[in-house]
Amino acid sequence: MINYIVKRLLLMIPVLLGVSLLVFTIMYFTPGDPAIIILGPSATQESIAQTKQELGLDKPFGERYLEYIGNAFLRFDLGKSFFTGRSVSDEVLIRLPYTLKLAGLAILCSLIIGIPAGATAAMNQNTWKDNATMFGALFFLSMPAFWFALVLVMIFSINLKLLPVVGIETWTGYILPVISMSVGGAAGIARQTRSSMLEVIRQDYVTTARAKGQKERLVVIGHILRNGLIPIVVVAGNSMGTMMGGALIAETIFSIPGMGSYMVNAISKRDYPVVQGGVLVIAVCFSLIMLLVDIVLAFVDPRIRAQFSSKKKKGSAAKWKAAA
Amino acid sequence: MESSGVIAAEAKKESNISIVWRRLRKNKLAVAGLIIISLLILIAIFAPLIAPYDYAEQDLTNTFAPPSREHLLGTDDLGRDELSRLIYGTRQSLQIGVFSVAIATVLGTTLGVFAGFYGGKVDILLMRFLDIYQSVPGLLLSIALATSLGPGLNNAIIAIGVSTMSVYARIIRASLLKVRSMEYIEAARAINATDFRIVMKYALPNAIAPLLISITMNIGNSILAASMLSFIGLGAQPPVAEWGAMLTAGKDFIRIHGSLITYPGIAMVISVLSFNLLGDGLRDALDPRLKN
Repeated sequence: MINYIVKRLLLMIPVLLGVSLLVFTIMYFTPGDPAIIILGPSATQESIAQTKQELGLDKPFGERYLEYIGNAFLRFDLGKSFFTGRSVSDEVLIRLPYTLKLAGLAILCSLIIGIPAGATAAMNQNTWKDNATMFGALFFLSMPAFWFALVLVMIFSINLKLLPVVGIETWTGYILPVISMSVGGAAGIARQTRSSMLEVIRQDYVTTARAKGQKERLVVIGHILRNGLIPIVVVAGNSMGTMMGGALIAETIFSIPGMGSYMVNAISKRDYPVVQGGVLVIAVCFSLIMLLVDIVLAFVDPRIRAQFSSKKKKGSAAKWKAAA
Repeated sequence: MESSGVIAAEAKKESNISIVWRRLRKNKLAVAGLIIISLLILIAIFAPLIAPYDYAEQDLTNTFAPPSREHLLGTDDLGRDELSRLIYGTRQSLQIGVFSVAIATVLGTTLGVFAGFYGGKVDILLMRFLDIYQSVPGLLLSIALATSLGPGLNNAIIAIGVSTMSVYARIIRASLLKVRSMEYIEAARAINATDFRIVMKYALPNAIAPLLISITMNIGNSILAASMLSFIGLGAQPPVAEWGAMLTAGKDFIRIHGSLITYPGIAMVISVLSFNLLGDGLRDALDPRLKN
């Protein structure tokens, strides 16, 4: 088990380097000179050249990239904001916990809603319960999350005056952002739960469990759900990525001082070090979460552990990811 | 010989399509989705004829009007007719959906063909690249690309297309890997068919079913993604009547005139839901395990 974790950690290094190269390249080819963005359109040639030199923008692509990842990964220094001059890393350290907390609560909420909903649908296949749940799930998947958030604000904060419109000073402030973020995830998890449970529902071991007089609830949880768990965990991990994207939007609507409001402001001002650093940090978090998912999978599914110990290269986690 | 072969192939193809169509027709929700999509396409084409006003026509003496005979859904903050803007918005949303998915399909298919058909080192390299690509959450990648390309609807379409292509690459690769060593591919090679011809005529048709499902589902997702980009100021710019941009503009007036948020949102849910219903229906209809 420990070998497996170490190996997965080592495999993360090239992926993270690749992600940083991808993000850096996208930002590098952005038209518009950062020096002019900082100094404004009326800047003189000399001051532009000077600013460029100060920021190291006159160096070639390779050197700048190496410098950037060197600073980013070895010293956790993501550069400075063009406008405030504040270190991006400091700002990220203050803001990231809010985003992670939101995304974490949202994923928890989606699992709590999604798995029972999907299980109910699967156990009542082709009845009105199934149809209603699945139509509901598809409906929530077809909705822009930020629109749902605005509608919730309109109903619960403005009309009924039950919950605060913005801010997270009290715990009630978390309710609307978390609900608005989790419905999409819950819908995805419910759909996946239903289809993976239907895959195993007619297996012999389920009949056996029933035949030996096992309680129906335990058959569902211990045999059907447990064997269909892998794709559900993978979908949940993937939704975590979607959640962190969704957090960007929810934070803007509810004025939560997380990564999202920071980055959205930076985008409108074309403050590239902030956008670049923000994307990189969230991508790293996402990779860590996917790593966690793989470890959880190895933990819940002995088949994956067995595969690893028989020295096979790819775990079934990768296979499921490809299928999803 | 060849002509009879073509006829036989066409007859077979026809019957396959009719099987799928017959099964799709039984799914009421999918049919409803298809009908709504057809209606949306008609609305988009004939927008100038249907819409009572132009989407950019302002009437500053009549802002935030409630629904009336002149303005069935009222007017917005600049006195523009809400209904007309919704009708014109159909054009933008369908364009976003179709073009971004087209970009994603072409890019993804190309990558997938190289990886799946040639295999070996090319495959490993491209797959590692896709792993990295997918380590960045999709919306975030679209945001980064759209920031780099600059605000605007066309750039948003490109950003969404490029950031979602990995799904298609994986689908195509998986199905090409499956057929790569089949005898009919070997036969095609034996008659000296070029790689291009083998891929287009013999290998790719195997991937059409999963591809079609992904395309239908992703049209809806792309419309949603574009509305998010509009929301953070990277998508459609005023005065373009795009539903996401209309929502974004409407959020400033949420306290005084909530309907500016309600209508575009409902329009978006209806159209995205239709694509998703059709996609779900297609998946069931194309599932070989459920044949007959």
